[in-house]
Amino acid sequence: MTEAKLMKGNEALAEAAIQAGCDAYFGYPITPQSEVLEYLAREMPKHGRLVMQAESEVASINMVYGAAGAGFRSMTSSSSPGISLMQEGISYLAGAELPCLIVNVNRAGPGLGTIQPGQGDYFQSVKGGGHGDYKMIVLAPASVQEMADFVFLGFDLADKYRNPVLILSDGAIGQMMEKVVFKPYTNPQVDKSAWATTGKPTTRERNYVTSLFIQPERMEVHNLKLEEKFKRIRENEVRFEEINTADAEYIFVAYGLSARICQKTMDLAREKGIKVGLLRPICVYPYPYKRLEELASQVKCMISVELNSGQMVEDVQLAVKGKVPVEFIGKMGGLLFTPEEILQQLEKLIQQYHAN
Amino acid sequence: MQTNEQVLPLPSLDIAVPGCQEDEYELVYHKPSTLVEVNMHYCPGCAHSLVHKLLMEVVEDMNIQDKTIGIAPVGCSVFAYDYMNIDMQEAAHGRAAAVATAVKRLMPEKYVFTYQGDGDLASIGIAETLHAINRGENILIVFMNNAVYGMTSGQMAPTTLTGMKTTTTPNGRETSLSGYPIKIAELMAVLPGSFYVSRQTVHNAAAVRKTKKALEKAIKYQDLNKGTCLVEIIGNCPSNWKMTPTESSKFIEEEMIKTFPVGDIKLPKAEDLKTKLEEN
Repeated sequence: MTEAKLMKGNEALAEAAIQAGCDAYFGYPITPQSEVLEYLAREMPKHGRLVMQAESEVASINMVYGAAGAGFRSMTSSSSPGISLMQEGISYLAGAELPCLIVNVNRAGPGLGTIQPGQGDYFQSVKGGGHGDYKMIVLAPASVQEMADFVFLGFDLADKYRNPVLILSDGAIGQMMEKVVFKPYTNPQVDKSAWATTGKPTTRERNYVTSLFIQPERMEVHNLKLEEKFKRIRENEVRFEEINTADAEYIFVAYGLSARICQKTMDLAREKGIKVGLLRPICVYPYPYKRLEELASQVKCMISVELNSGQMVEDVQLAVKGKVPVEFIGKMGGLLFTPEEILQQLEKLIQQYHAN
Repeated sequence: MQTNEQVLPLPSLDIAVPGCQEDEYELVYHKPSTLVEVNMHYCPGCAHSLVHKLLMEVVEDMNIQDKTIGIAPVGCSVFAYDYMNIDMQEAAHGRAAAVATAVKRLMPEKYVFTYQGDGDLASIGIAETLHAINRGENILIVFMNNAVYGMTSGQMAPTTLTGMKTTTTPNGRETSLSGYPIKIAELMAVLPGSFYVSRQTVHNAAAVRKTKKALEKAIKYQDLNKGTCLVEIIGNCPSNWKMTPTESSKFIEEEMIKTFPVGDIKLPKAEDLKTKLEEN
């Protein structure tokens, strides 16, 4: 199936899950991602896979835990308030080193918020979310194509590191329709027999899945093992895209939907002779700190553009280590900025820099 | 292959005892091979160690060690996987039934059980428990009811008896503030998804035998795929009840079973059992 199809982001993601060999999906309806559960409820049984509507997001994530613990490719998806409910389970999954894929189609908050798109879950996604010391690889799609692509990548990374992987999307990417091509994919079928709970034969010791290490000395050993893994992730899994950065005096840093809008702003600005570039983190964890620091030496200013009150901007500040000013352009409430709106704010910033 | 004739080494004796040679002994009891050779951390007189053993005896008797997956809770029995020599998963507090749901649905040929206390199952995990049973998940839920939170040292549980003193009900449980002891077995028996529901105790030898029977039936019923089996066990907790083990057994007999009557609460329908017999 390599021809282009016109699909909603949520549906492309769901179809990709089937093609990626997802054995089990557990979900609970919430706008703006209910299409994932609906699509899979219709399609997964045709492939002999398990799809269940759980009684809550708490149950969904713990069903994922059970499925992943038994060695199955498993997945859940939700939107912001539902993802908050899953945080406990995500912490357990990370603690027990279980591979799985979690999708957050981010809506604006806090609280019940609104069903419109937002990026207010950035901190929750990349700085922990649940309790204890753990990290997830966080992929941020900016198109329907990436909604599909990152499912394959996400499952593979989860298996590679035995760690939950999060796709951090938003209500706009989830709901909009675009062209998508499903590339041929082969499930690597990672051998999980060393730890998965499939029933203990006499030929091996029992397998048990746990995040409990009651003796502090053993807890420390486990913590250090996890940290070593997160270090490997930071070294190997940084992903980003750069556009027009070579001669840029100003660089937008934006992920997901914001990055797409910034791309248009960049074109408008370039027409006016303003040298703007864009760095789009594809992984928001691990984060491209090193590349941003390198770019800091050539620009007047970095501008983090986000659909929130300013979260990723703190990572940009961390990256540039005070070498250049870091500005923030944001929008909240589930509203989107237009490219022109961002351009206006950019021009205001430029005036400020000239005035100084 | 397990055999019941397995002979365990006897302690060596320094003095020769005439007529007491090893081969003259008849083995009448052995620790099941499905229990790990370690000392358990449970308090003297605690019901958990006994119920662990009963459950693992059933697994050994049925020769299903390689087909059994257990889900441990949060609470005193959080370390169940240290003792039960089978594949196990340790679930988040209260979520064992959700975890078990996935395990069993993906591997329907396996025997899956959860082992949960009253704080875990009846309080924080009641939603997962109720919905798993309502879906008729083909699993066994072993529910240990000792009327207190054991691991955190004796706070009020949803099952705490009316008027019973705990560390968080220093003047006794007041129903006006804390509600009534929740009868999980009766509650879950109402759901069409439950297949076999029984409440047992392990406070004397006869009760222990009945509990083992109930567990055995409940596991075997997974072959029928007719719904969830729940065995609630009223368990001694002498440490948190501030009693001797003997006193705790007396407390079960005189107090606990007044609130939590013992016996089978929901039995499988005759035709469901018959179907299987005919198939065989």
